[in-house]
Amino acid sequence: MQPSPDHIFKSLADPTRRAIFERLCRGGEQTVWMLTDDAGISQPAVSKHLGVLKHAGLVTDRREGRETHYSAKPQALAPLLDWMSMYAAFWHERFDRLESLLNRMDQ
Amino acid sequence: MSETQTLIMEKEFAQPAEKLWRALTTPHLIAEWLMKNDFEPTIGRPFQLRMETPQWSGVIDCKVLAIEPQKKLSYTWSSMGLDTVVTFILTPTPNGVQLRVEQSGFDEAHARNFQGAKFGWQSFLNKLEKVVGGL
Repeated sequence: MQPSPDHIFKSLADPTRRAIFERLCRGGEQTVWMLTDDAGISQPAVSKHLGVLKHAGLVTDRREGRETHYSAKPQALAPLLDWMSMYAAFWHERFDRLESLLNRMDQ
Repeated sequence: MSETQTLIMEKEFAQPAEKLWRALTTPHLIAEWLMKNDFEPTIGRPFQLRMETPQWSGVIDCKVLAIEPQKKLSYTWSSMGLDTVVTFILTPTPNGVQLRVEQSGFDEAHARNFQGAKFGWQSFLNKLEKVVGGL
């Protein structure tokens, strides 16, 4: 199932998660431990944030031995970047329906 | 001043303003062109627009902000974690009526609440747009 824009927004509303996500975008694949060193919070807290990001489709994980490696999927942000154009398309389509309704009201 | 983004769309219809106004404010007519709803033309009254498509959360929470018969209708539009305001402005033309729809990003109260987050967001999204663009 495709994560909804709502999920993406909620998951990035938290500044710590935003920071983690941004670090993965910039620095490429990293383990929880590498991220914990930078985040200034506990490893379980970092893992929890990563879980939320993963649920929103913003990160993927890869198991290697005992370590889990996380990487960013910035393409998951496309629905947000397209938000305005999504609404523009939406209103265009609704205007056509409105026009057809008004024509029918004439009869 | 807080920055807000506004989407502006215009279209002319061949019918009189009175008819367009009915289509914008009568629940069963709104349902035909916009979405299923429990709209009532009363300022301050909350209502919902409901839609079922894969891209949308399904429910849009709204509240009527302004009603000037055959001239202006405005309501809040909260969906997918964002609060916007949609305003319909009707202007008679020689051939019918011009409809202008403005959808503005954040009202003042929300601009205050979201200011910190929003500015963070903006630079964040600008950066990520480059990242996404480079994929």
